[in-house]
Amino acid sequence: MSEKPFAITLDVGSSLANKTGSWRTERAVYIDRLPPCNHACPAGENIQQWLYDAEEGGEGYERAWRTIMEDNPFPAVMGRVCYHPCETACNRGQLDEAVGINSVERFLGDEAIARGWRVDVLGEPTGKRVLVVGAGPSGLSTAYHLARLGHEVAVFDAGPMAGGMMRFGIPKYRLPRDVLDAEIQRILDLGVRLELNRKVTSIQETMQEEGFDAAFLAVGAHLGKRAYIPAGSAAHILDAVSLLRSMEGEETPLLGRRVVVYGGGNTAIDAARTAKRLGAEEAIIVYRRTRERMPAHDLEVEEAEAEGVLMKWLSTIKRADGGKLVVEKMELDETGFPQPTGEVEELEADSLVLALGQETDLSLLDGVPGLEVEDGVVKVGPDMMTGHPGIFAGGDMVPAERTVTVAAGHGKKAARHIDAWLRGGAYVPAPKHELASFDLLNTWYYSDAPRTLQPQLELARRESTFDEVVGGLDESNALYEARRCLSCGNCFSCDNCYGVCPDNAVIKLGAPGERYAIDYDFCKGCGLCVAECPSGAIEMVPETI
Amino acid sequence: MPHQQIKFYQVGSFVAGNRLLRPDERSVQARMERSNTLTSGHRACQGCGEALGARYALDAAMRATGGQLVAANATGCLEVFSTPYPESSWQLPWLHSLFGNAPAVASGIAAALKAKGRTEVRVIGQGGDGGTLDIGFACLSGMFERNDDVLFICYDNEAYMNTGVQRSSATPPAARTANTKPVGPEPGNVFGQGKNAPLIAMAHEIPYVATATVAELRDLEAKIERAMEFRGARYVHVFVPCPLGWGSASKDTIKIARLAKETGLFPVFEAEHGEVVSVSKIRRRVPVEEYLRAQKRFAHLFKDPPQTDVIERIQAGADRNIRRFGLLPDEPDETGELMRLLAETDRGPQ
Repeated sequence: MSEKPFAITLDVGSSLANKTGSWRTERAVYIDRLPPCNHACPAGENIQQWLYDAEEGGEGYERAWRTIMEDNPFPAVMGRVCYHPCETACNRGQLDEAVGINSVERFLGDEAIARGWRVDVLGEPTGKRVLVVGAGPSGLSTAYHLARLGHEVAVFDAGPMAGGMMRFGIPKYRLPRDVLDAEIQRILDLGVRLELNRKVTSIQETMQEEGFDAAFLAVGAHLGKRAYIPAGSAAHILDAVSLLRSMEGEETPLLGRRVVVYGGGNTAIDAARTAKRLGAEEAIIVYRRTRERMPAHDLEVEEAEAEGVLMKWLSTIKRADGGKLVVEKMELDETGFPQPTGEVEELEADSLVLALGQETDLSLLDGVPGLEVEDGVVKVGPDMMTGHPGIFAGGDMVPAERTVTVAAGHGKKAARHIDAWLRGGAYVPAPKHELASFDLLNTWYYSDAPRTLQPQLELARRESTFDEVVGGLDESNALYEARRCLSCGNCFSCDNCYGVCPDNAVIKLGAPGERYAIDYDFCKGCGLCVAECPSGAIEMVPETI
Repeated sequence: MPHQQIKFYQVGSFVAGNRLLRPDERSVQARMERSNTLTSGHRACQGCGEALGARYALDAAMRATGGQLVAANATGCLEVFSTPYPESSWQLPWLHSLFGNAPAVASGIAAALKAKGRTEVRVIGQGGDGGTLDIGFACLSGMFERNDDVLFICYDNEAYMNTGVQRSSATPPAARTANTKPVGPEPGNVFGQGKNAPLIAMAHEIPYVATATVAELRDLEAKIERAMEFRGARYVHVFVPCPLGWGSASKDTIKIARLAKETGLFPVFEAEHGEVVSVSKIRRRVPVEEYLRAQKRFAHLFKDPPQTDVIERIQAGADRNIRRFGLLPDEPDETGELMRLLAETDRGPQ
């Protein structure tokens, strides 16, 4: 006899006994994709991660700064001089405007200096000694990373102050020297030995004499290229690198009232803006191509134009004589190359500054076996090692774009390979994730939020002083800007997947920093979590049947 | 919008949670302790909007009442997929009687609780559009008219899905169903039929009427919570896309609900005592075509040549909603629109 009521034959049960996961032909899987900002960063910064840290505000800022410091020891410098390819790549640019990554980095870098945040050596002492030649961005970056890994590092520089082109190439109005000094000092505080006015004439001899196990060469490119311009005796011609370097000395160079700068790169812009600040009434940039083809970065060109720097496109300088220059008009041919037209005009100029590119002094490498030089720069492998085992090189002296950020990236990369080489192994970089492209995002979920503008110094003061032109963000602006990040390709714990699953098959792990898991007993594979994930951090993977 | 908009860059209050918000500022669905009133293992199709809407609504109601909740369910998908004998997915006291009597059963439960002095226990009646607008309509209107202390929730997927996608009085014009085939001069469901249940509910001048979609979780939760602040008859009409019946991708359920609101086809608003008190503005207006194209039940409109005249009639319906309810942001004369809406709908029992 059944003890159940009439017509009831089965016990009441929960539907949890019904494992609907068996319906599934595709499964949802959490992934991390590569955010375009990280992908574009020449220094390999984990930008999405440090913006994620900064979004919390408060204590998050220090964590964010420490995340930057894993990859790049110069956040405050970067926040001023980097040309931020990250912002060009930023997916938010397709939504409203790119996130002001550079301005947040500057805020974090300045916070670190103001609050005296420091970093520590992470590794045990290895007993290995590494020589870094050149105290510019790549040399200092290498020294920083190697010191943190536990190696003993000495940096020799031929100049009287550390910083390389950050000091002798970038004007003060873009990079105040106290900021630079603070970030360099933090590296030296790790125990890096810096020897100034120490020119290395033969790398092999120096390494042998002082017992270095490896060397990283980063002597930069400090020699201004000369072009042959017939000139009378009274013509005042100097090169832009020397001009910018002399700004660090006691005596300011005399340029006169009308200054012509010849060239179209960032150095030409820096030279013209410096001339303006030194009292020139007119600073004219003469460039043989057009504005579109100018290698200088748009932002700098815009700032220079706002300060009254004049531009003369499609022109070459034929002769310099006394206070006059003879300029020939050019026109672009079908291939975009400038061709002379024969049409000439005269331009008054008290001095002519040549900004035609820079070359490297490679004399310290004479006689090093295996080492190859091509087009005036040293060839290195993907591991930044030259043809000579144990000698690595980076920065402006190897073939690459010549920017501070690229140099800092070389430093990190070289340090990893030098470290592995010293330990008798090889550094194998982690495989890159798939790119988090715009179409993988669900942008519905992001609030509309236009970009914050950084304050700029008023023009009157920009014409006469070397005060910093671009201001920083304050705390609330920086927080706002960080929170504009879309977190492309990476979960930022918005709980949307947990909310939208019709089968409660998303498990919230709950502890801070922990994300979610899929309960495959019940996941039917509908794909709603993937479609409604704002940042594209889940994907559908076919089940093997 | 009835819920507090959180001025918060990045994702604001559009997502369920947001790690940067205090736990009490997050939605019910973002919480680990949510009741999962409709638990896993139910037999709803992949991407079912109704399963999602029911959990959203009842979890919010459970939270608002501290778990003192009873539900009466009409026959329909929601009942069939959740309770195949002897299993149940419901984690609250839940009763199913017939297709047409859910509002009456809910009224009865409320009356019984009142008689026993257990008025802290609240009652929900729920069903699909068939059980609400068609078969259960007399019981529903009676429940409204008597102002019984019941919140009735209609999960509207615009046809009888459980029995094989037959037309209901909530099926939109031109939609293909099993008995409105896409053939003849006016293919699909005809224009000019059907009924608007939320406006009829408002005409009863009951304390609270609201519409919501599964695409706006916080709005839906806020409306359920608000409904629970009233005593008397209340009605919430939730738009729940049906991947099977509508011929849409299972992953698109929320997207389609969002498009229904952003096109103006499904106005999202709330009303108290017969008067509209708030409308959810369109955030990014889109033409109805985007909504229609995502569903095979409208595929016949996009054959070669496309039936542009039909699409235009549907667009005209969306435009009318936008005018009637003032759905566009920055409407200069919003109150004027509301007054007009009231003039249009104020034909309830005097």
